[in-house]
Parts: sequence; structure tokens; C-alpha cells
Amino acid sequence: MAIELKKEDIIEIVPTFRFQWEEVQNCYVVLYPEGMVKLSQSAGEIMKRIDGKKSIIDMIGDISAAFGGADVEKDVLEFLETAYGNGWIRTK
Amino acid sequence: METVGLELNNNTRPLWLLAELTYRCPLQCPYCSNPVEMAKYKNELTTEDWIRVMQQARKMGATQLGFSGGEPLVRKDLEDLIKEARHLGFYTNLITSGVGMDEARIVAFKEAGLDHIQISFQASNEELNNYIGKSKSFQHKYEMAKLVKRYEYPMVLNIVLHRKNVDQIRDILDMTVDLNADYVELASTQYYGWSRINIDQLLPTKEQLKNAELVAREYQQKMKDKMKVIYVIPDYFEDRPKKCMNGWGNIFLTIAPDGSALPCHAAGQLPGLEFPNVIDHDLEWIWDESPDFNKFRGTSWMKEPCKSCDEKHKDLGGCRCQAYMLTGDAANADPVCGKSEFHKKLHDDVEHIGKLAGDEKFEAKPLVFRNMKNSKNFTDKKTPETV
Repeated sequence: MAIELKKEDIIEIVPTFRFQWEEVQNCYVVLYPEGMVKLSQSAGEIMKRIDGKKSIIDMIGDISAAFGGADVEKDVLEFLETAYGNGWIRTK
Repeated sequence: METVGLELNNNTRPLWLLAELTYRCPLQCPYCSNPVEMAKYKNELTTEDWIRVMQQARKMGATQLGFSGGEPLVRKDLEDLIKEARHLGFYTNLITSGVGMDEARIVAFKEAGLDHIQISFQASNEELNNYIGKSKSFQHKYEMAKLVKRYEYPMVLNIVLHRKNVDQIRDILDMTVDLNADYVELASTQYYGWSRINIDQLLPTKEQLKNAELVAREYQQKMKDKMKVIYVIPDYFEDRPKKCMNGWGNIFLTIAPDGSALPCHAAGQLPGLEFPNVIDHDLEWIWDESPDFNKFRGTSWMKEPCKSCDEKHKDLGGCRCQAYMLTGDAANADPVCGKSEFHKKLHDDVEHIGKLAGDEKFEAKPLVFRNMKNSKNFTDKKTPETV
């Protein structure tokens, strides 16, 4: 990866990927040309907060608050690195 | 085609709906995957039929929808179908030759919500491209590919590889780099239908493949973050079969132009299938209950050597069409598998063609192009037109 993500970065979903809820699969998915990745519940919780406005640090706070103050930082950063590596997200 | 990243489960659902809107096509590629008997299919589903099919598939959980053909751009209602598909929540893929496309349509597709466009090239130079497709299409394809990127679609470029163009793989990849493709599918011809007829002229040699693979790997490394290169070798050169279509009736559902439902777009050639039609049945019944979709689902249909093979869940016995074409029985192991009693014959045949390749007289054998006239001749068992 050429550039590392920083916690103060504001991130958005790359428009050539689509992120949506799938009722039948009962999970969030990422769609791209001729392919699909099913997301785990925690990955879905992270992805749905990516709005092109919040920074990574805000997202961590947001998710932690939604899950009773749990320490989610490591998990969130790990997933975002993967998503970034896959080209799903970019910094603004 | 890349397989979607999903685990198997017992309750299979169609995730991939391939809508073959028409068999009409301005190109005549001699390796086309459409059935050789396509002239028999006279009727095409109406707009309303397709909308009903899309609604049913979406309700069953399908996420990927491919508009294919023939050439899907021939259908005047394509914009309406895209709009409805997008409204239903499908990820919509247009799989096209680019012939019949212009800027106004690219804009209209965008407004209708089209997600992705895949354009095929027959070669990286005008002469060979136009010869293989039997159409003066190269310049137009090139222009269209540029426009597709200008309108910010993700773009896949698909080039079918065979003996006549595989040596130009470096030029082909340079062209895809120039055109800013997001994905490149270098798909070796698989020998079904039209390409099976033309196998003597199309099958690459081992040396050609070795070289092509090296170049493909080089570009996979070099373009890693910009362009994904997918390189598929022809499985005739392998010793283990591919998990064809990710398994029969597992995730893929093809609807032919007349409404016949198939577990794979090549399955129309298999004997003993009933081809349930979406005009008579809903997709739920076709997928879950129809004899066709259950015929080779899972592993219970297998004979030896598949039945007792410890890799049977990995490859599900390979390709049913290949088993039928090369052994006469669709329930046999795919002869690509080294355990098949027909494996040696397949490799001998491949070697035989490899030895003759390059011989002037052998190379002079004309190609049988994919067109309705040749298809009619095949259906009526007449000699095909080859010039």
C-alpha cells in the first residue's frame, strides 16, 4: 500500500464499489464488477458509518458508544486497512 | 469470470443472474459461447417477462445481474431493463462488444443506474480484431472504452485468448493500460460450441501458453494497485478439473433469450434436460424443484472415479458439458481430470494439434464464423460456410 491511513483521515467509499444491506443473505455486502463479498456483522457496522464526512477517530468513538463503550479501535483500524487495501475506501 | 467470494451452503440460492437478452449480434467470433444451434431459438422474452424474472431472482437473493447476449445493445429496451434492475437493488453489469454503443447511450445507461461495463476486444490491433469478429469494430470499441472511463464506470476489458492472438498478449495488456481498465480478463478459449468446431485453429501450443503466463504475471505485479489482471488458462492443459460454474445449480442462473433457464450458458447442449422456461414456471420452482437444476447438484449423481474421490467437494467433478462432449456421458468425470479414463485421449489430442500448429496447410483451414447462416447449416446438418 502506497499511503497508510491516519486516524484523522476522513474516508469515503470508492464510488466504483457498492455497499448495501442484503435481506436474503442477512448481511451487508460489497458489490463490484461481477463479484460480491459478504461482510461480517462488525465489518458491516464499520462500513455503514463511512460517509465521507467523519474521520476515522470519530468513527471509532461512534462505534464504541454504540457498543457500550467497548474498546474497538484495534478492530476498526484492522478492518479499514483491509478495506483500503482492497480499494473499497479512500481518503478525502 | 471471477467467482464471487462466498462460502457454500446446503440451501443454495442463485446469486448471479445472467440475462442473455438476445442471440442477435453484429460480430461473428468463432469461439462464441452461444449454442451452435442458436438459429433454432426464434422467440425473445418481452420487456415484461424480463422484469418479472429480475423481480423473482432478486427476491431469491440474487445480487449480480449480467446483461449479455448475443449483443445486448441490440435490445431497444435495455435502458428500461437497467433502470428496473437497479431499482430492484441489483449490481448491474453490461457485457458487450461495444458495437451499437454511442455517447448518448452511455449517458442514458448512467442515468438508468448501470454499475459496470465490460467491453470485449478480439485483439490489440485493428486487422486481427476485425478479422476475428468479422466486423470493422476496433476503432469504435477503442473510442467506446475511452468514453466508458470518461463517464466514470468501472470498466472490465475482456479478451478471449487463442492461438491466433495469444502471442500478442503484451500488446493487448499495453492497450488495456492505455485505456485505464480497472480489470482485465484474459480468458483462454474454453472449447464448447463454436470454439469446439474451431479447435484446430484456436488451441494454443504449450509454448505459447508458457510465454503468455509469464507476461500476464509480469503485468499482475506491475499494475497491482491500478488494474487487476485475471488470467485463465485453458483447462485442457491441466490435470485437475475446474469447479465449473462454482457447482451445478449452486450460484449461477442463466436465462436464454427465449426464457429457457439453464445452470450454465453452455448447458443447452446436454441431452436429457427439459429446459424449464420462465414463461411457464417461476424461478423459485425452477431453482429448487426442477429436475434440470437438481440433476448434477451436489455429489449424489456422481459415478466413479468421482464418487470415491477425496477431492469431489473441491471440484464437484468438473464441467458437465466437457464430460458430455468428450466422453458421451455428462455424468462422467470431466476428462481434464487425470483420474478420468478419457484423460489420456484428451491430452493426446491436444498434443496432436500442438504438433500441427504452424504447419502451413494446417493453419490454412478456414474458421467457421458464428452467424445465423452457419447455425442453420449446423441445425440442418449442411456444410458450414467458412470464408
